[in-house]
Amino acid sequence: MKGWNEFEIGSVLFPLNEDGMKAQEKMPQERSYTENSSRSASVAHWRVQKPVHNVEHCINCFFCWVYCPDASILAKDEKMSGVDYVHCKGCGVCVSVCPTNPKSLLMFDEVEEEKDALKKWPQKETK
Amino acid sequence: MTKDVKNLKQFSKSAEKFEGANLLCPGCAHGMIIREVLNSVDGHILIGNSTGCIEVSTAVYPYTSWDVPWIHIGFENGSTAVAGAEAMYKALKRKGKYQGEKPRFVAFGGDGATYDIGFQWISGCFERGHDFTYVCFDNEVYANTGGQRSGSTPLGSSTSTTPAGRVSYGKKEKKKDLLAIMAAHGSPYVAQVAPNKWKDMNKKIKTALDTEGPTFINALSACTTEWRFDCNNTVEMMDLAVDSLVFPLYEIVNGHELRITYRPKNIIPVRDYLGVQGRFKHLFKPENEHIIEQIQKDVDKKWEMLQKREEAGV
Ligand SMILES: Cc1ncc(C[n+]2csc(CCOP(=O)(O)OP(=O)(O)O)c2C)c(N)n1
Ligand code: SF4
Ligand code: SF4
Ligand code: SF4
Repeated sequence: MKGWNEFEIGSVLFPLNEDGMKAQEKMPQERSYTENSSRSASVAHWRVQKPVHNVEHCINCFFCWVYCPDASILAKDEKMSGVDYVHCKGCGVCVSVCPTNPKSLLMFDEVEEEKDALKKWPQKETK
Repeated sequence: MTKDVKNLKQFSKSAEKFEGANLLCPGCAHGMIIREVLNSVDGHILIGNSTGCIEVSTAVYPYTSWDVPWIHIGFENGSTAVAGAEAMYKALKRKGKYQGEKPRFVAFGGDGATYDIGFQWISGCFERGHDFTYVCFDNEVYANTGGQRSGSTPLGSSTSTTPAGRVSYGKKEKKKDLLAIMAAHGSPYVAQVAPNKWKDMNKKIKTALDTEGPTFINALSACTTEWRFDCNNTVEMMDLAVDSLVFPLYEIVNGHELRITYRPKNIIPVRDYLGVQGRFKHLFKPENEHIIEQIQKDVDKKWEMLQKREEAGV
């Protein structure tokens, strides 16, 4: 196949053919990406703190999923299944919108091990 | 096909078409809006994108974050690029050269690209009646070039070209009422949305995309960098905007039928919204307090006008 800069000016391309469309409807985990997709890149080094997910308290409301600006909340079979740490920028929006008590997502230092973070989970807060 | 989203569990099964590791700032609402728009469509969609934060952050050579056909063109003509594609679709279809499903034609632009620099082109597209949807990412500032004021910047906001200081309280002019202007083009559907109200937003995106003819969506987009708030508070910031009625959610059908789509249970004072953002900090000095009062008056007047228009069906 030709690369985009080999086409003549004025060419009409048909990216919306059947194969292309089928590929588009696959879930990200099942899709094959080229190295030109930003999915192949990482912004993990932007993070100072990372969100850790505690499945014990999660009610699978998906607020974190819909509001994550970077599509970094992983959803599988109607369950919130963790954080994509390659693309998460550590903004903390997911933690802010998590409605459970205690929260099911909390920010921890980047260097903290997940299992240690889970041990430090706060108790239910009374207001 | 557009999706009727009933709950977030169902929505979460969407095949994402916007990839991570783009270079938008952490917590940028632009990313939320793009995902909520793209995830509401199954099937063919084609995007035209004006220059601005979205474009420069998502197409950094050699990467692209878009898994859909995406055209970047000048700052001013995201609209005409899509209109051209739509015209070409019609021609190819008529000649039998394209038999596939009809794509949704969508243009994205920031408020600078929309309210100001691209306005004449958008207006032309609406006047000619192209079948497309224009979505404005309204962060009320030219964010990408360092925060200059735009036609959408609200009264009193401190920007790099209207800096607050000893002699100035920030921007002297009010925000342009773009929705009224777009409705006045006779558009079959225009609406204001905010991504924190995802259900309302999804419904309006769906209506805009499914309606034939030029439709317009103005989407509130909180900008952590230029509004100056902590990046984890993006959703809270937009909650305050809609609950203080600084950014009311409504739609206008066929150029005149106005409907309010969200009525806050508790309307909060605009001070509560202004007080949490660095761009309005100076307004809380005694000599500038009258600007807060003015903004509150403007908001109240607009809300009254919207309610009256809804009631009267005009
Ligand atoms: C005709 C033209 N004028 C100016 C610029 C420089 N420029 C690039 S992005 C930008 C600001 C974009 O602001 P806006 O449309 O509000 O989008 P945002 O970055 O805030 O998302 C400007 C002024 C340009 N690219 N083209
Ligand atoms: S911290 Fe931000 S980028 Fe990371 S998962 Fe949460 S919302 Fe997404
Ligand atoms: S917002 Fe919290 S409770 Fe809801 S799905 Fe995410 S982690 Fe679970
Ligand atoms: S400057 Fe504002 S609009 Fe631009 S990427 Fe950053 S947060 Fe988003």
